[in-house]
Amino acid sequence: MNLALREALRAFRRAPMLSALSVTTIAFSLFAFGLFGLVALNLGSALAQIEERVEVRAFIASGTSPEATAAVVGDVGSFPEVASVRFVSEVQALDRARRELGEFEDVFEAGILPASIEVRLRDGFRDPESVRSVSKRLEVYDFIDDIRYGEEWVEKVYRLRNIATAAGLSLGLIFALVAIIIISSTIRMAILARSREIRIMRLVGATNQFIRGPFLIDGFLKGLLGGLVALLLTWVTFEFVGQYVVQATFFGTRLAVVGVLAGALIGLLGSAVSVGRHLGKV
Amino acid sequence: MIRFTHVGKQYPKGDPALDDVSFHVNRGEFVFLTGPSGAGKSTILKLIYVDTRPTYGEVRVAGQSSVTMSARQIPALRRRLGVVFQDFQLLEDRTAEQNVAFALEVTGTPPTQIGPRVARVLTQVGLAAKATALPHELSGGEQQRVAIARALVNDPLVLLADEPTGNLDTRTTRGIFQLLRDVNARGTAVLMATHDLALVKSLDFRTLELNQGRLVYDSGAQRHTTADELDRPGAGPDVRDGDAP
Ligand SMILES: Nc1ncnc2c1ncn2[C@@H]1O[C@H](COP(=O)(O)OP(=O)(O)OP(=O)(O)O)[C@@H](O)[C@H]1O
Ligand SMILES: [Mg+2]
Repeated sequence: MNLALREALRAFRRAPMLSALSVTTIAFSLFAFGLFGLVALNLGSALAQIEERVEVRAFIASGTSPEATAAVVGDVGSFPEVASVRFVSEVQALDRARRELGEFEDVFEAGILPASIEVRLRDGFRDPESVRSVSKRLEVYDFIDDIRYGEEWVEKVYRLRNIATAAGLSLGLIFALVAIIIISSTIRMAILARSREIRIMRLVGATNQFIRGPFLIDGFLKGLLGGLVALLLTWVTFEFVGQYVVQATFFGTRLAVVGVLAGALIGLLGSAVSVGRHLGKV
Repeated sequence: MIRFTHVGKQYPKGDPALDDVSFHVNRGEFVFLTGPSGAGKSTILKLIYVDTRPTYGEVRVAGQSSVTMSARQIPALRRRLGVVFQDFQLLEDRTAEQNVAFALEVTGTPPTQIGPRVARVLTQVGLAAKATALPHELSGGEQQRVAIARALVNDPLVLLADEPTGNLDTRTTRGIFQLLRDVNARGTAVLMATHDLALVKSLDFRTLELNQGRLVYDSGAQRHTTADELDRPGAGPDVRDGDAP
């Protein structure tokens, strides 16, 4: 292992240009992947925030008794799809309207805005189907005047999210594939550059397993380095965009570590495949 | 120790490279392999160090058969052989001693043994003074000595030399050839492919001559099946071929 590591480092020293090319290739592939991931991450969290606002609002006829209202709140709260139910009295509705539309506060008079119950749905039940089913069950109460949940809006957000997920997955897959192809061809070049060494190793009776060792370490180290460079590039870009274009969130530590390790893994697998092919040729 | 039995080799393209070749080489022999270009000399050596396998027939080397040997067994066999080429096949970024040590390192020799063994073979080939020179700092003859040292460092049963003097002038050739004779005198068999007919004819060594893949002449075919050849000192029972006659 000691020897394998030494041989791997020797490859770095002996062919610095080729090594730098491999690292750069891995770095830029992962960088593109990282930027894309960042966009996906922020789009996803923006959509999730919008989705969280999905709620069903049921307006209550004036003069309904507090007991009846309380009963509905209790009933609805026990629906499996429902996360929380809140009763908003006429007074509260007026307060809120005044707060939100400060300068027009005189326009509102008590009694204009009806009392309502606001139903928030659990994660996973914010699709149009569930929203509709919950509002159907609310319609049953005859003191409920009207139900609103922004049908069109819910459908739009939901569709957008589906498209974003599909596009994200397929684009991500394509990116990963292209990255792996580019990386494995640079590694193949590195191996061709050392084919003489491999030939001599075989000639003097080194086992394939032994020959593979330094190349695997080499690929792993290059991948790791490429991953770190990619992370740095992504972070710099992120800071730049944050300063001049739009505030966004960066990857958490865990995702960042996963990204760098993915680089190392790609380097390792690329090496394993290329050297395996090379050794298989006899 | 090396036995070819009705061996044929057909590469994907062209005429057969070897056609029904049979011979055997005993421990400690010195054998020339001659014939015009394309006759199949290199192919015979490649079959011995299992760089390629016969299309038909059987090649036996040190008790291993080309018919039954698995790919996993090849490295172990190669450690018992030494191979040198016309173009030396040295690693340009390593010194003479590092090139020789490489053969020991990649076969898992304990590090403490490597230094003394490398020094010993470099002395044997007369290059102890140039141990730290890089290949491009050495003459062709010196580079070939490094390559021979590398081939010898694992104490092989046989040294396979594919036109080892092909790139060298007459005087250097004589020096390398003398070294191979010394190696042989210490008990290592030598199988040397060469174009140098003057050299071959000047010596009364066993000669295998190939032409278009056929073995057309074997000067030692009779002599080397005699009992006293098999029983010559140095042929330990551990390395005796199971199929030796
Ligand atoms: N890897 C290969 N693929 C296809 N044909 C080959 C291969 N190696 C050798 N041959 C063919 O096999 C025949 C014998 O080749 P070989 O190298 O054994 O000859 P040789 O006697 O060593 O010649 P030379 O003296 O020129 O080195 C030649 O016709 C050659 O073209
Ligand atoms: Mg040849």
